[in-house]
Amino acid sequence: MNYVVGSLSVLATILVLAPLAAILFYLVYKGASSLNLAFFTRIPAPVGEEGGGMANSIVGSGIILVLASLMGIPVGIAAGVYLAEFGRGKVLANAIRFTADVLNGVPSIVMGIAGFSLVVMPQKHYSALAGGVALAFMMVPTITRTTEEMLATVPHAIREAALGLGVPKWRTIISVSLRTASPGIITGCMLAFARVAGETAPLLFTAFGNQFWNFNLNQPIAALPLQIYVYALSPYDEWHRLAWAASLVLIALIMVSVTLVRIFANRGVLKGGS
Amino acid sequence: MGVGILVEDLNAWYGSTHTLQDINLHIPANHATALIGPSGCGKSTFVRCLNRMHETNPIARATGVVKMGEMDIYKDASPVEIRRRVGMVFQRPNPFPTMSIYDNVVSGLKLNGFRNRRILDETCERSLRQAALWEEVKDDLKKKSGASLSGGQQQRMCIARALAVDPEVLLMDEPASALDPVSTSKIEDLIFQLKSQYTIVIVTHNMQQAARVAENTGFFLNGKMVEFDSTHKIFTNPRDKRTEDYITGRFG
Repeated sequence: MNYVVGSLSVLATILVLAPLAAILFYLVYKGASSLNLAFFTRIPAPVGEEGGGMANSIVGSGIILVLASLMGIPVGIAAGVYLAEFGRGKVLANAIRFTADVLNGVPSIVMGIAGFSLVVMPQKHYSALAGGVALAFMMVPTITRTTEEMLATVPHAIREAALGLGVPKWRTIISVSLRTASPGIITGCMLAFARVAGETAPLLFTAFGNQFWNFNLNQPIAALPLQIYVYALSPYDEWHRLAWAASLVLIALIMVSVTLVRIFANRGVLKGGS
Repeated sequence: MGVGILVEDLNAWYGSTHTLQDINLHIPANHATALIGPSGCGKSTFVRCLNRMHETNPIARATGVVKMGEMDIYKDASPVEIRRRVGMVFQRPNPFPTMSIYDNVVSGLKLNGFRNRRILDETCERSLRQAALWEEVKDDLKKKSGASLSGGQQQRMCIARALAVDPEVLLMDEPASALDPVSTSKIEDLIFQLKSQYTIVIVTHNMQQAARVAENTGFFLNGKMVEFDSTHKIFTNPRDKRTEDYITGRFG
């Protein structure tokens, strides 16, 4: 019986990992050949011309994601702190928790519409900012719930230790509870980040896309997923190849940024600590 | 130096449960006072009322007067100020897992915004020496996490952490109940030395421990203090029948 359960779980693991490995392999196979210096340094060539790159999309994605993280991570963590440290058993907290769970399941295109009606409509133009807001909407519920759950795993005895030393509650939350829960909270933020980094739908009518360089947050901006979407639907082989390359770069960038944050977050962890 | 504590008509509730009823007690300065009694008798609640930790639980409340020296701790100061003057050591060692030994010991100062390195260093060494832990950890102060120490060492580190903020009173809620006999005797030695400088209130399940470390002992039962007297009197010639039954092991 042990053997059967063991084999089944190994089989399940392989079933889960096989498509992932296949996708990664296929991306490298299709995309790597189209990667060259121009891809990272030049902007898209006009229709009919050879060459060109996606430098503006890579930078654009970076700008949108930084905007989304700057808005989504603080709000998400603060809401999680409220739920875990102040809101136990309160009606408002239950309402927030329920809303966060529902928002987690809302299709991403709906988040795009929300960004459209809240930022694009009043401003009357597409913008990087609108894209960032739409992605931040998507990040907040995940981060809120992860933060709450991670704070719940911090033993009450540790909070009492701080309170018993005459440390005010706000300081206890920041320097003890959040710090003790930080590995899990960082993982939650990274998951939310990685999820929105590849989103196309929320950006379609917020960031909109741009064939040229743009560093103005109030102007439409290019983004890798948008560019992949446009190029993959196009009738040109050259653009298809570039879409493959862009997909590979997008995945690589997500992996690199997540790994960097992990390495950075693990620095200074002490021997024997938990 | 320690300061005496005067408790008058102290009552405490958890929700609708009346956990402490009309406690009147004088705890003398610079002595160790033991509180004994069966589980759930209110002795832990009582010490938590002395540094207002009781009220960190939203459903808990307390009424009455607790005076530390001339100060009424429920009227004249905020809970945060009280807890700086009344240190607490908990039943289980509760080091901050993300902090080094050094940061654990001086956390009460650092988390309150104190940054002077020289004074922090001095305080760390003084507190660890007072807690008889200095020799064992002095080489790993900033290298090792406080959570990497053994249980007994962790508890002495928690005592050092409480002493580092220079309290006048030290509350100990069954500080040795989670420890092995060797660590327990180290903690008891420590209490014996510390009481010359601090007023110590120790909750214990272990009657021998009360007899070894404390000059005075109070016996709690069902939320009431049945008897308070010198430890010698309580253990040799108690006034109340219930105290006698408890210390002779007839219940509890």
